[in-house]
Amino acid sequence: MNNHLIKFFNITGLTWFVPLVKIASGENPTQQLRQLFLIMGVPIIAFTVFLGVWSVSASQVNTSLGAIPGPTAVWHEAKGLLSEHFAEKEKEAAFYQRQQDRHAQALLENPAVEIKSRPYNGQATYLDKIFTSLYTVFAGFMIATLIAVPLGLLCGMSSVINTAINPLIQIFKPVSPLAWLPIVTLVVSAVYVTTDESWFQKSFLTSAITVTLCSLWPTLINTAVGVSSIDKDLVNVGKVLRLNWLTQIRKIILPSALPYIFTGMRLSLGVGWMVLIAAEMLAQNPGLGKFVWDEFQNGSSNSLGRIMVAVFTIGIIGFVLDRIMQSFQKVFSFGNAL
Amino acid sequence: MKQPEKRSLKKGLKTLSAVAAIIALSFASSAEAVEKLEKENLKLGFIKLTDMAPLAVAYEKGYFEDEGLSVQLEAQANWKVLLDRVINGELDGAHMLATLPFGTAIGYGTKADIISAFSMTLNGDAITVSNDVWAQMKPQIPMKDGKPVHPIKADALKPILEKYKNAGKPFNMAMTFPVGTHNMKLRYWLAAGGIKPGFYAPPEDTSGQIDAEAILSVTPPPQMPATMDSGTIAGYCVGEPWNQQAVFKGVGVPVISDYELMKNSPEKIFGVTKDFAEKNPNTHLAVIKALIRASLWLDAENNKNRNEGVEMLSQKQYVGADYDVIANSMNGTFEYEKGDKRPLADFNVFSRYNGSYPYYSDAIWSLTQMRRWGQINEQKPDAWYLETAKKVYRPDIFMTAAHALIKEGKAKASDFPSDQETGIKAPNADYIDGVVFDATKPNDYLTKFSIGLKGKQKVVGGKVVE
Repeated sequence: MNNHLIKFFNITGLTWFVPLVKIASGENPTQQLRQLFLIMGVPIIAFTVFLGVWSVSASQVNTSLGAIPGPTAVWHEAKGLLSEHFAEKEKEAAFYQRQQDRHAQALLENPAVEIKSRPYNGQATYLDKIFTSLYTVFAGFMIATLIAVPLGLLCGMSSVINTAINPLIQIFKPVSPLAWLPIVTLVVSAVYVTTDESWFQKSFLTSAITVTLCSLWPTLINTAVGVSSIDKDLVNVGKVLRLNWLTQIRKIILPSALPYIFTGMRLSLGVGWMVLIAAEMLAQNPGLGKFVWDEFQNGSSNSLGRIMVAVFTIGIIGFVLDRIMQSFQKVFSFGNAL
Repeated sequence: MKQPEKRSLKKGLKTLSAVAAIIALSFASSAEAVEKLEKENLKLGFIKLTDMAPLAVAYEKGYFEDEGLSVQLEAQANWKVLLDRVINGELDGAHMLATLPFGTAIGYGTKADIISAFSMTLNGDAITVSNDVWAQMKPQIPMKDGKPVHPIKADALKPILEKYKNAGKPFNMAMTFPVGTHNMKLRYWLAAGGIKPGFYAPPEDTSGQIDAEAILSVTPPPQMPATMDSGTIAGYCVGEPWNQQAVFKGVGVPVISDYELMKNSPEKIFGVTKDFAEKNPNTHLAVIKALIRASLWLDAENNKNRNEGVEMLSQKQYVGADYDVIANSMNGTFEYEKGDKRPLADFNVFSRYNGSYPYYSDAIWSLTQMRRWGQINEQKPDAWYLETAKKVYRPDIFMTAAHALIKEGKAKASDFPSDQETGIKAPNADYIDGVVFDATKPNDYLTKFSIGLKGKQKVVGGKVVE
């Protein structure tokens, strides 16, 4: 039971809890406490030092455009954003209640009247924006994976295709999302006609496609590398058994290349998350990027604080996403450290 | 036999009430049919400047809801993004610079058909210069009672430009958009002081810096105070709150507001694509009605509602700046040098002086300025100006909305111009250089300026040629 727990914690990257489990089972407490201090205590101390340095230097820097907010100010703004969220949710509930009452009243007066339900047209709250950013990045990431993995497999299996496509990859890899954005916006505007019932907003598509264009390269390259570095013996087995290419892919190539593919995907998600924030600022997708840009345009005395809350949110979410991908990676690596 | 009588009486009453209900229903449905909105859920865009106020007020005071509309207001990143999104349909309509639709009408930049039936504001801009430049300007400005005499002309800037030229440094100023009101007003002020702001030569050269003594370029409004503080630009022309922000942060001094530059000049309008207006006439009308009510509220009874308006605007989703900064310009005063607050009740004009009516003469003025600086790079006959103005400005829709409001008792006939209004204001000289603007003679008007294209002049190969 302990072993299972420890294995779970190791896979999910929550290695700080391993010493706690070991202490609970009575295994060499002093050593475990030392381990605990190393794994958890040291980072916490470092973080506290960072907060202290930030707080002191922030109060020193006094630009003509205002002081840089310190940790307390940023914490205050974070609480403000949260309370705004709840206030807005209450307004929304009240709106729907009013609408329901109006409908009930109208139905009472005339059972045959046609009632129309309206969605709430208030502002998206901070948490809504986080959610929008997350599902946009996942949409872009999914499309990127769907394109990159098959293409990577092809590149890895055939050296001809690899030599053909490699120059293109090297040229498009360094292109920044802000350079792709105008082109993507024009193409989406021209090709995707939105009406009231469209599933996707143009801004969502533009942001997702920009994420795809920038984040598919790590997965592509890593998949190609993974496929081309399969153990030659395994490839020979496939030749001896005269397996058709589909079975070869399913049974030999994919399982061997999986660790590389997941490494690539982890890098892609990291890149994608960074790209998304930039893309949202201009594509106007209502997520964290737009939040930062709008706050910048507000220029109020607490705008900088709110932007820093967004910076930390973006960082923490990026960290969590990376950890999730790392766990997947570990699971699929069959214990082979990569 | 009472019972059958009762029954027949009951039956009679039932039929009577049924008939009455049917009649009432048919009236109700026919009344609905008259005002039926083609589209009820709208998304309108705006830029975070205080003159988007009519949109915020129409939402917060429920004027949109009264018309049966469910409106989402969304702030946009910059004017280009806003324009593109209106054209491709993501936004149903937007807060626009008064000159924006003329750029698209002549195909400068993007080509599109945008119309406007509502002028959102008059005035509302100012020109701010850095502390450094102000220190050099002040000795040249006549003083009275220890304070500079207003309006301050760009003549005071000329010696500073000489100094920059001799030192080999460019004199940079910023505005918000090439086909923008701030650009036109900054250029007018500079030219009135004898400074050349540069020409455009589309399609080859759209920098606007040909033969320029002051180099004008686009900077996003939130970055203007910081960019000026760092010395990259010497000044800028923009709407609020960015001029008062410069005063609050101590990085600059507003030298002139556009009220003093050109009294009651067009600034922002509400624009929709021609397509949208044709496909959704009732919806468009409903939006205009709500906006008219909002403008009337903002200017009601000597600005008595302005405080409430400022509170609305300081919310994060609208302008978001601090209450004090916004209030500084919207509550009847304007601060120039720190501590030099002067009364300026008409810094923002919404509905006063028929500020909501889209006058053709305002459109023609915008077009003459575009011609003056080369954005229209060839001579156009006088009739062309009026024609283009009529393609873009739709006072007919405005008056339909006005009449509907008068009928519903939500506005008075005295709030609007008469039905005989031609849309052309009488010639007036309310400009800082005193040049008389007669909208019926635009080419003639252009010849009165010493700086700027006139007659058959064009900009070719970096020079002005005949």
